[in-house]
Amino acid sequence: MTEPLEIGISPRSAEADAGRRSRVLMKGNEAIAEAAIQAGCDAYFGYPITPQAELLEWMARRMPELGRVFVQAESELGAINMALGAAATGARVMVSSSSPGISLMAEAMSYMAGSGTPMVLVNVMRAGPGLGGIGPSQSDYFQATKGHGHGDYRVPVLAPASIGEAMDLMATAFELAERYRTPVMVVLDGILGQAMEPVELRFRNPERHAFDWALTGAAGRPARIIKSIDLVPEVLEKRNLNLQRKYAEISRQEVLWATESMEDADYVLVAYGTAARVARSAIEKARARGIKAGLFRPITLWPFPSRELARISRHAHAILTVELSSGQMVEDVRLAVEGRCPVGFHGRMGGLVPTPDEVVGALKALHGKVERTRERDREQQQKRHDGRSEAQSGLHRAVVDGPPERTHRTEAGVNASGRDGGER
Amino acid sequence: MTLNRSPELATRPGAPRLIYRKPDVLADRSTHYCPGCGHGIVHRLLAEVMTELDLPAHTIAVAPVGCAVFAYDYLNVDFVEAPHGRAPAVATGIRRVRPEAFVLTYQGDGDLAAIGTAEIVHAAARGERITAIFVNNGIYGMTGGQMAPTTLLGQKTTSSPSGRDAALMGYPIRITEMLAQLPGVTYAARGSIADAPLIGKLKAMIKRACLVQIEGGGFALVEALSNCPVGWGMTPQESLEHLKGPVVEAYPLGVIVDRGVAVAASGAGTAAGGPSAAVPVVAAEPEA
Repeated sequence: MTEPLEIGISPRSAEADAGRRSRVLMKGNEAIAEAAIQAGCDAYFGYPITPQAELLEWMARRMPELGRVFVQAESELGAINMALGAAATGARVMVSSSSPGISLMAEAMSYMAGSGTPMVLVNVMRAGPGLGGIGPSQSDYFQATKGHGHGDYRVPVLAPASIGEAMDLMATAFELAERYRTPVMVVLDGILGQAMEPVELRFRNPERHAFDWALTGAAGRPARIIKSIDLVPEVLEKRNLNLQRKYAEISRQEVLWATESMEDADYVLVAYGTAARVARSAIEKARARGIKAGLFRPITLWPFPSRELARISRHAHAILTVELSSGQMVEDVRLAVEGRCPVGFHGRMGGLVPTPDEVVGALKALHGKVERTRERDREQQQKRHDGRSEAQSGLHRAVVDGPPERTHRTEAGVNASGRDGGER
Repeated sequence: MTLNRSPELATRPGAPRLIYRKPDVLADRSTHYCPGCGHGIVHRLLAEVMTELDLPAHTIAVAPVGCAVFAYDYLNVDFVEAPHGRAPAVATGIRRVRPEAFVLTYQGDGDLAAIGTAEIVHAAARGERITAIFVNNGIYGMTGGQMAPTTLLGQKTTSSPSGRDAALMGYPIRITEMLAQLPGVTYAARGSIADAPLIGKLKAMIKRACLVQIEGGGFALVEALSNCPVGWGMTPQESLEHLKGPVVEAYPLGVIVDRGVAVAASGAGTAAGGPSAAVPVVAAEPEA
């Protein structure tokens, strides 16, 4: 990496270099566990699953040392429902698992979102579907950002790209959970869980607040109820509208993203987690071959940094999304870009990670398509100029953009704003 | 229970005496339960016991999914709603972070003995210091009277319209006896709401199950055999007769295990173990 990370809204403290001397080599899962402990986690509930088992093991040793709560549950269902109970009393609570376990936790996530119960959940993603494999993956993006349990709800999803950043984000996760009374997910792929990196032992313990909703026993006050049920449709709709207001507030206030090498970039790689690390290497290689590429890295997957990406897409020749999946985040990228520029995708599945060379290859292919399209557009314009306009450009764009409906949106957008796509 | 006798009333000869009064912890409202349903009786017993033991101010209770989903509307204590079957796990979380709280779960037979078997077995195996109230009426009442794991053989329900056939639908589960095998279980008993004397015994069991928690024991469970007149297709009176007949034959009443060290004078049977009993004793002797 040749230049410093540029972060949209920094969850880091300013003195990045000051702590260099206190760097130690830590495994991702263990570093995250320790960061949660230092962030004041009162109780951890877990169940063994690869590739997050070291997180559970670290908690098993450290939490009792500190007089805090560790329980190995009978299942992920048990673990997250223990978390639900502990969190209902106002405790700072965390669970962790990997993909198949998160599917089991989905039920309680819905209840906790519905009843406003704060909790931090770490998913060290492995390859699916089903039992799949234990290799790294980002194929739970849909689950994390649009899925898990039933009902109209969202949870903030934080996606670090390094172990150090993951440690920072654990404190952020607890802050968000308590500020908004919501479960918060931290998603990592198996590499970030298993790899060792030098990290600074710098921790943050978010301030504690008295909760006027926590169950502590109804001494000297009316009894409190934490629930999600409401059988009166009008009341339940109101409850849902309140939730949606909360999500709108989170979308306004809590978006995190980072960019690198974007100042002169014609091509933008969009990637998070380990895929962003691969993209970073690919960008250096691409630049060496004359393709000016930069990195846009969402840190919150929900709320997705749509506005920021939309802004960037106005000047980009094309965007390439890189994921350890069949292409999940790329849907949000396309929604944000709204056809303003072509959006390509490169990903690997099954526990494999794209190599920088693969990404450069995909970028070159996209670059070639864009150049051909621009050339055709120029010819088209020349023809129109010559009075032989046949308006075929839509078809040319479709080649680059994929499904025709996005092409139409592109054309409509370009025409409406009076810009000519051929000039870019 | 102490009688709430008003002193000035008691002094006047022939004056009415107050011998029965609604405990304050019981909300002043009518319930959503069907006419003749036993849930109200169990709520009432819980309210009396909690009042007698001075528990309401530091109780954190867990509500189930099923007919008792709105238990928090009737008992004025802090409550959290659990997903279906998960109440013992939720209670575990509360217990571990709130050692000083009185932790109570209230579950039906579909909740505890079907979808929540893993959670109840492991909470019991861990010996979680919680008091579990288990209302067994042998049917899924809330959803329209489907077969439960506890439904009797031959019993007709909306999902066993020809009667429960063991070859196809398996056998009723005596889950309280199953749980009583676990060393983490300090107290396990089965009572019934079928008539006044049985209700008195059930109350004593509930009190004992609460005292076990207060005295620092492990997991305590009381199964209350109850009725479901609507689901069973009977009048309330018929359902109570049924409860005293075929139901109690399948589910014998009594204290199944009591491994408590300090046995309070709760009247809920004697401790099967006692202070020096290293080997748990299971005494499943029917009372009726």
